[in-house]
Amino acid sequence: MRLMRILPASIVSLILFFLAFPIVVVAIVSFSSATYLTFPPPAFGLRWYEAFFSNPDWLKPTWVSIWVACAVVVLATFLGTLAALGIARLPKALRVVAAGLILSPLIVPGIVVAIGIYYAYSRYGLVGTPIAMVLAHTCLAVPFVVTSVTASLSGIDPRLEQAALSLGATPGATFFQVTLPLIQPGVLVGALFAFITSFDELIVALFISGTGAVTLPRRMWDDLRFQIDPTIAAVSTLTIVLTAALMGAAHFLRKRAEQNRMATSSAAP
Amino acid sequence: MSEVVQPASLALAVSRPKTAPFDWRRAVPLLLAAPLLVYMLVFYALPVAAMLLRSVNDPSWTLANYAILFEDVVFQKTFWITINTSVTVTLGCLILGYPVAMGLVRAKSMAPFILVIILLPFWTSVLVRSYAWMVLLGRHGLVNEALIALGMIERPIRILNTPLATQIAMIHILLPYMILPIANALRQIDPSLIRAASGLGATPFMTFRQVILPLSMSGMAAGTLLTFVLALGFYITPAMVGGPRDITLSMLIAQQVDQLNWAYAATLSAVLLATALAILAMARKLPGVGNAFKTSMR
Amino acid sequence: MTVAGMNGAGPGPIGRGASVTLSDLEKTYDRTSAAAKAVDGVSLDIRSGEFLTLLGPSGSGKTTTLMMIAGFETPTAGDIAIDGKSVVAMPPYRRNIGMVFQNYALFPHLTVEENVGFPLKQRGVPKAERAKLVAEALELVHLPGYGARYPRQLSGGQQQRVAVARAVVFKPRLLLMDEPLGALDKQLRENLQLEMRRLHADLGITFIYVTHDQEEALTMSDRIAVMNDGKVAQVGSPEDLYDRPDNRFVAGFIGESNFLPAVVRGLEDDVVVAECEGTLIRALCPGRPASGERVTLTTRPERLRFADGTWAGTEPPQNRMSVTVTEAVFAGERCRYMLRAGDGTSIVLKEPSSAAIRRRAVGERAEIAWSVADTILV
Repeated sequence: MRLMRILPASIVSLILFFLAFPIVVVAIVSFSSATYLTFPPPAFGLRWYEAFFSNPDWLKPTWVSIWVACAVVVLATFLGTLAALGIARLPKALRVVAAGLILSPLIVPGIVVAIGIYYAYSRYGLVGTPIAMVLAHTCLAVPFVVTSVTASLSGIDPRLEQAALSLGATPGATFFQVTLPLIQPGVLVGALFAFITSFDELIVALFISGTGAVTLPRRMWDDLRFQIDPTIAAVSTLTIVLTAALMGAAHFLRKRAEQNRMATSSAAP
Repeated sequence: MSEVVQPASLALAVSRPKTAPFDWRRAVPLLLAAPLLVYMLVFYALPVAAMLLRSVNDPSWTLANYAILFEDVVFQKTFWITINTSVTVTLGCLILGYPVAMGLVRAKSMAPFILVIILLPFWTSVLVRSYAWMVLLGRHGLVNEALIALGMIERPIRILNTPLATQIAMIHILLPYMILPIANALRQIDPSLIRAASGLGATPFMTFRQVILPLSMSGMAAGTLLTFVLALGFYITPAMVGGPRDITLSMLIAQQVDQLNWAYAATLSAVLLATALAILAMARKLPGVGNAFKTSMR
Repeated sequence: MTVAGMNGAGPGPIGRGASVTLSDLEKTYDRTSAAAKAVDGVSLDIRSGEFLTLLGPSGSGKTTTLMMIAGFETPTAGDIAIDGKSVVAMPPYRRNIGMVFQNYALFPHLTVEENVGFPLKQRGVPKAERAKLVAEALELVHLPGYGARYPRQLSGGQQQRVAVARAVVFKPRLLLMDEPLGALDKQLRENLQLEMRRLHADLGITFIYVTHDQEEALTMSDRIAVMNDGKVAQVGSPEDLYDRPDNRFVAGFIGESNFLPAVVRGLEDDVVVAECEGTLIRALCPGRPASGERVTLTTRPERLRFADGTWAGTEPPQNRMSVTVTEAVFAGERCRYMLRAGDGTSIVLKEPSSAAIRRRAVGERAEIAWSVADTILV
C-alpha cells in the first residue's frame, strides 16, 4: 500500500527532474570559473557573463535581436489586433479563410516557411537586412497576437457592448471605452508572445539574416558549430531568464483577466 | 518559439452575437482584417507558394520531380528516419507525459510548482534546450561522467550525435505539448465519477483503466497529434545533437537549398507540408480533439 | 396595483413614461430552413407609465421583441413607435431607453460610480452634475457609498441594483428589463420583485419586463402579454389571465389547469352548458359556440372542492362530477389529489390542509363541485 502511494510520486518526480535538469545545468555551467566546459564546475564566477558583455561579437547580435523583436511587436500587435477585431465579425466562410491564412505559420513546418521566405526575399535583395527579419518574423508572430486578442474578444459578453449602446454610447465610444479596455490584457499578452517569437527565432534567421542582420540565436548557432564554450551557457541563461520573465508576465496577465471575467459574470448564481 | 503550434486556433471558433447592429458597418470587419491579410499574402503566403511552385514548373510544368521520389533512395531513407523519429518521440512523450499530467491534476499544493517545471522548458527556446543536451550528452558531459562514476561503463560512450540524442532532446522539448492537453482532459473528469467507481468496489487500477483512461482519450489524441506534427518538422535539434548520417526531411531540405537545388527542395517541402496537413486533417475528424486543442494551450 | 401605472393611462406622451406601440412586428432570421419566424405579427399598445411584462417560454419571441424595441435587432416587418414616433431606423444609442440585461452586463473595468456615470458621460453631463446624479441613483437602489467598488466586489443582488441605477440615471422614459432577476436565488428574487415595483411607482416611467417566470409576472405587472411561438397569446391584467384565460396555452402556462373535454349542449345567457363525463357542466364563454361542438373546459385545481364538505354559508357550487381518487399527496400547506372521472380524464384537486378536513384515501369514490365562474371554455 505504501509502495502504491510512493511509486507514482517518484516516477513523476523523475520525469519532472528530466524536464528541469538540462536547463538548471545550463544555468550552473554559465557561472563556472573553468575555461572549458565541465560539470560540476570547479568554482563559480561571472567570467562568462563578462565575456559576453565585453565582446561586441555578442553584443551586436543581441541589439539586432532586441531591435528586430521590438519592431515586430509594434507591427504584429497593430496588424494582429486590428485583424482579430475584424475577423471576429466576418461572415463564417470568409472568417475560416482569413483565419486559415493568418494562423497557418503555426502548422507549416519551420523549414518550409524559412526557405519560402528566403526564396522570395532574395529576389528583392532583402536578405541580410534587419527589415527582412522584421517582415518575416512579423508573419510568425502575428498568429499569437491574433489568437490572444481573439480569445479575449470571445471572452467579452456581447451584452456589454449592447449595454454601452443602450446607455447612449456611439459605436466609436463603445469601442474605445468598453471593448478596447476589455481586450487590453489580450493585446499585451499577444505583444509579449510576439517579442519572444522573434527573439528566439532561428530557422528563418539562418536563411535570411545573412551577414548584415545576425541575430542572437543565429550567433549562438554559428558559435556552436565550432566550440561549446560556456559563453553560450551565459547567453542561454540570460535568454531563459528574459523569456521566463516575459512569459510569467503574460501568464499573470491572462490569469488576472480571467479572474476579473469570472468574478463579474458568475457572481450572480 | 518558431516551432510552437496552436492548431486549436485554426478553427477560430469565435461567434459574435447574432445581433449585428448596423448594416452600414458590414464593410468594417473586412477593412480591419484587410491590412494583415494583404501583409500575410505578400510577405509569407505568396513567397512560400512561389517556392513550392518550383517543384512543378522547373524547368517546365511537370510532375516528374514527384515521380522521381519513388526511386529516390536518399529521400526514402530520410522520410523513413523522419517518420521513425517522430513516432518514437511521440510514444516517448506519451509514456512520460501521462504520469506527469496525472500528477499535475492530482497535486494540490504542489500543482503550481509542477506547472512551473513544465512551463519553464516550454518557454525556453529550442536552440537553448538543444544546447543543454549537447552539454549533457557530450563525450565529457554529465551523463557520461555519471555512468563512469557508477561503474556502468569504463570509457565515455558516444551519445551526442546519435539518433538517441535526437530522440532524448526532442522528447524533452515536446513533452509539455503532450502533458498540457492530457492534463486538460483529466481536469474535466468529474471527480465524483472516480469516487463512484471506488465506491462500487473498483480497485485503483480498475478505476484507472475503466474510467480515467477512456475519459482522457481525447486529450491523449490531441497531445499525440500535436507532438507528432511538430516532430515531423524538427530541424534545429536533429541538426545540433543528431548523427551526421541521420538526416531528417527538414535537414535534407536545408541542404538542398544550400546547393541551390530549388526544384528538389520545393518537392521535399511539399511532401513535408502535405504530410503534416494530412495528419491534422485526420485529427479534426476525431471527436473531442478540437476542444482539447482549444483549451490546452491557454 | 401601482398607482402610477394605472392612472398614467392613455397613449401619447402624457406623464413621465413613454408609450410604446408595436404594430404587426415580425422578425425572421434568415436561416436555410423554412423561414421560422422568431416574432410573428406582434401588436401591442403599452401605455405611458405602465408595467408590462412579456411572459413566455424560451423561444417564444419575448426577448427578440425586447431586443427590437431596444434597437439591437431590426424588425423584418412591422413598426415600433415610441410616443407615436417610429424608431425602427434609429440606432440603439439614440433611442434613450434604459435597459437592464440578463446577468447585468456591468462593465468589469469600471467602478460602480463609473458604471452608473457612463450614460451621463456619453451625454456630456459635466462632472459635478454627474457625481450628484450618480449619488442619487445609487440612493434610489439603496447602494449609497458603494461607488468606489468594482462590480466583481459586489454580490449578485448588488450588481443587479447597480445595473438598475445605471439604466435609470439618465432619466429615460422607458426601461427595458431582460430577465433581470433570473440569476438570483428565490429569497433575493422575491425581495427585489417588491423593490422593482416600488421603483416603478417612484419613477413613474414605463417598464417593459421580460421573464419566463409566471409567478414573477403575476406579482409585478400591471399587464402581462403572454407570448407563444412568436405571437401574443393573450394580453391582460394578472387577474384576467389567471381567471379568464383565452386559450389553452395561457390556461396551461399560467398556473395549473384541468382540461375537460366536453360537447356543447346549449347556451344560457353568457353561460354555456356542456356535457362532460355524462354530466352537464356550466362554463363562462366569451363566444357563442354551436350546439354539438366539441370544446375544452378549464378549471383551476384549487377551485375544486369535495362536494360532501361544508360550504361555509355560501351557495353550493353548481358544477358537480363523480370521481375516484387515484393519488393523494400531502404537501404541507395543502393536499393534492389526482382524481379520475368516469371515462378516464385526470383531474387535479388542491385542498387547503387542515386537521379538521378528512383526508381522502386512494380508491375512494367522491363527488367534486366547483362554481360556474371558475369554469372557462377555451
